[in-house]
Formats: sequence, C-alpha cells, structure tokens
Amino acid sequence: MAESLAPSVDRPSTRRPAGRAAAGQGGLAGWLLLLPAAVLLAAFTHYPAVATFLHSLYSTPRGSRPAHFVGLDNYQAMIQDPVFWQSLWNNAVYALGTIPAAIALALVMALWVNGRIRGRGLLRLAYFTPTVLPMIAVANIWLFFYTPDYGLIDQVGHLFGAGAHNWLGSRSTALACLMVVTVWKEAGFFMIFYLAALQQIAPVLGEAAAIEGAGRWYFFRRVTFPLLMPTTLFVLVNAVINAFRVVDHVVVMTRGGPDNATELLLFYIYEVAFKFWDTAYGATLTMVLLAILAAVALGQFLYFDKRVHYR
Amino acid sequence: MSALVPAAEGEGAAGRLLETAGAWLLGLVWALPLVYALWTAFHPSAYSARFDLLAPLTLENFVRAWAAAPFARYFLNSFLLVTSILAVQLVLSTLAAFAFARFSFRGRDLLFALVLVQLMVMPDVLIVENYRTLRWLGLIDSVLGIGLPYMASAFAIFLLRQTFKTVPRELDEAARVEGCSYLRLLWKVYVPLARPTYVAFGLVSVSYHWNNFLWPLIVTNSVTTRPVTVGLSVFASTDQGIDWSVITAATLLSTAPLLLAFLLFQRQFVQSFMRAGIR
Repeated sequence: MAESLAPSVDRPSTRRPAGRAAAGQGGLAGWLLLLPAAVLLAAFTHYPAVATFLHSLYSTPRGSRPAHFVGLDNYQAMIQDPVFWQSLWNNAVYALGTIPAAIALALVMALWVNGRIRGRGLLRLAYFTPTVLPMIAVANIWLFFYTPDYGLIDQVGHLFGAGAHNWLGSRSTALACLMVVTVWKEAGFFMIFYLAALQQIAPVLGEAAAIEGAGRWYFFRRVTFPLLMPTTLFVLVNAVINAFRVVDHVVVMTRGGPDNATELLLFYIYEVAFKFWDTAYGATLTMVLLAILAAVALGQFLYFDKRVHYR
Repeated sequence: MSALVPAAEGEGAAGRLLETAGAWLLGLVWALPLVYALWTAFHPSAYSARFDLLAPLTLENFVRAWAAAPFARYFLNSFLLVTSILAVQLVLSTLAAFAFARFSFRGRDLLFALVLVQLMVMPDVLIVENYRTLRWLGLIDSVLGIGLPYMASAFAIFLLRQTFKTVPRELDEAARVEGCSYLRLLWKVYVPLARPTYVAFGLVSVSYHWNNFLWPLIVTNSVTTRPVTVGLSVFASTDQGIDWSVITAATLLSTAPLLLAFLLFQRQFVQSFMRAGIR
C-alpha cells in the first residue's frame, strides 16, 4: 500500500497544445469528479470520527437537559467501568484466539487445495462456503449445535458418555464457542488470498528445489512462506479489523452473556448507545475502538515500509 | 544426493496419503454445519436431531417459515438495499477513481490518503455518530438510511484506481484527438477495460451488504424496511419456541439467493474475491 500511496508520475503531454490545455483544466475537472464521493465519505467516515471525539467530552442529553461540556468525565467513568475492561479483555482473548488459528488453517487449506489433491473442487467448496453465508445465519445454525442435550455437540458427547453441557450458558465455554464459529467462518475467506498468492509463485522454484533434493517442509519454510509474507500481513490486518468489527454472532447467540463473558467492545458500544441510550458514553467507548484501529493502521504502515518485500 | 531422492519420495507418498485424509477430514468438519442445517430443514421436526436415513423428506418447514413472517417483503428490502448501494457505489467510485488515476491537481495525494482511511475505519464501527446523522436527516427506518453510509466505498475507489492506471495513455490521447470529452472517454475507454474489476467488486459488495446485520438492525424497526438478515433474527427470536426445523428452514431460505448464486458461479466468485484481495 505504501507503493500505491506514492504520487504517480503523470506523463506530461507535450506533443500537442491541445493536450496541454486539457492538463491545465485537470484541476477543476478532477475536483468535480471527486466531489460526490468525497461528500459522502466526509459525512459518514471523517465527520463521525471527529464528532465521536467531541461528543465524548459532553454529557448525554436527557429529556429537557441538553448536553453540556463535562471534559474527561466520561473517560473517568470508563476507567472505573468493570464491564468496559471485561469487554476489552474478552476482545483481546477473542482476537488472539481466533486470528492465529484462522490464518494457520487458511494457509493449510490453501496449500492443500492448490496441490494435486483428490476432490480439490469439492474441498475448496467446503472450505469457502461459510464465507458466503451471513454471520447471522451461521450463528443460528451453530446455536442449534450448542443446544444442551439436544444439539449435535452434546449428542456426539453422549456417544462417549459425556453428560449434557450448557455450552453457551456457562462462563467458561461461551466465548470459546463464539471463537470456534469465527474461525469456521473466516478461514475459508483468508484461504482465497493465500490461494491467489500461491498461484503467483513461479513453478520453477519448486522444480529447482526438487532437483536440489530439498524436502517439502524445508521448501515451505524457506521459499513459500517468505514469499507469502505480504499476503499474511494483508490477511492479518483484515483479521484484526474483523475481530473488532463483527459482533453479529454475539447478538444472536449470547447477547454478551452469561455474566458479560462474551461482551465484545463493539457489542458493548451497541448496548450502551442503543439499549441504554447513553450516546455520550457510547462515543467514549468508540474512541477506544478507533484508537485500536488507528494502532493497527500505524503498525501496518510502518511494517510495510520495513520488513515485507512487496513485489 | 541420488540416494536421498527415492527416500524422500517414499516418505512423500505416505505423507501425501495422510495429507489427503487430513484435508478431507477438515472438509467434512467444515461442511458439517451446512449439511446438518439441510437435514434439519428438509425433515419433520421429529427428526431434527435424530438421524435416520429413511426419515421422510418434507418442505413443510419452509412453508411454515414463509407463512410465519413477511419474508417476501424482507427479500424485496434486501434486494432494493443491495442494488441501490451497488449502483451508487459504482458511479461515484468510477468518477473518483478516474480523477485519482488520470488528473493531477493540488492536494490529490492527501485526498487519496483520506479516502483510504475508510478501509480501516468502516461505517460498521461508527454506529453511534452515524445514527445521530441519520436522525438529523430524517432517514431512520428507511432503506436509504441503511445504505447511505456505505455508498462511497474507499475499497471500490482503490480497486478502480489501480485498474485505471494500467490503461495505456496512448488510448486516451487518441480519444482526445478525436475530440472526446472526459466523461465520454471514461465511458468509452476506461469503463469497458475495467470490466473484471467491476464484476469482482460487485460480487464482494453484494455479498457484504446482503449479509450485513448490525447496522440495519440499529436503523430499522419496521417490516417495510428490514433486510432479510434482520428479519431472520426477529423471526428466530420471537415466539418460535425451539422449533429448530422451522428456524433452520428460515435460515436457509434467507441465504438461498446468495448461496445459489455462489454455487452456480463458484469460479467467478472465488476469482472475484481473489482479485479484490490482491493489491
């Protein structure tokens, strides 16, 4: 992306005066072409980001009392809010639990589907299909899986003599259950990007390695994996964003419960702003989310410049 | 070295078999939820968690789900939502990408950087302030209100800009000699050449917005505006008790258009997602 941010060299058209005239008009025409998209982007991305900050410094208007400036009071309240810390902690566990698993599985899937394996088309279909389904539908299906006693998980458990377990209803397993759903849904999506990258690796490299007698694992470790590094980074950034952006399954499966065990940051924002209608506090919590996303963007930017060799 | 190769090959054969088995096992695990959903939806509820190959097949669950909630209306809402978002996205991002790719003006690179901000900070996380804006605009509980924050897509602008930059300059110089205006040039030369990018972005956009849930849930509160995802969640959470057969049938019903499109145009879908991912 660093590359794409670099200013492009526009070839000056010196051959005809007509060309020069056109380039001179470029300024106004360019702005006009941009205008509609710029207005919408500013209204629904840049303005709300700034407004979030401003409103986090005000109180929530209630009835006849309008919003008034409260400085950092909302932040003070946030620091003392155990549910906020719980949701942040849950989100960290959720991200650290799902991202490496989803990426590792995606890579393995891509290597398998890219190789000469039997039933390649069917396998690719099986891996990728969860990606096309809405998270809400997926959550409905998995909800049934997790149903105590009656659901598939417990039925399989019964075969091995295990008793009924309330998977989504107990603090110790609820978040893990959501994480399984996320990994199931995302791995196939990330697989696609690895597959695309694998298909761009020159077959000559593999042939050369075979002549040298390099093992497959060695080849993977020293050639394939380093070449996939840009893809891994791209997938990683997307996975982190998704870990903080998608809470549909929380809404359907647990509503943050039991006892806040599956409270994720965005779901907490949703509850605060649209259940308790405390919009100022919602804005304050959103600032934390924005800070996390900004950190990801910054990390990506710095890392792109330094380490990843990018074409 | 020649001694090493056969050994490696022998080991490879056993390893390959093991890998194939692993790949298939994973494939089965991955397919299981959907297969299970199909089983439940097409059998009477007595069989929803009992496996019997002779269990009778039925469409009863679909009929009941369809009758129990206004799914036809939900489908219409989703269809309107997805098409209006895509149409506006395509027009706006084509114009913007053309400006970024082929015009030089002051502040262009700064503006482009500002556009890219949306790749990180999507409307999905700005729900509190965007709701405030929509209320101010009087667009709460409208299909336009669900779509509006997404209609300028940084992702589309980015993809199209990349594509437009690959169009050879000679082509537009030739067109300009013929007296082509900018918009005609865009329409006659750039847009046709970017067709694969349009298809790729279109598929990604349609599946994203067909599946989107949290924002539509916040913005809508009536049957005439709810997209099918929100309709499904309302249906599944109210009074259906635990009749999983009907809920699963409704779930499959709501994903059917996209799922069928995916199964029919699988190659196109996969390639589109790939193309969209390669930057």
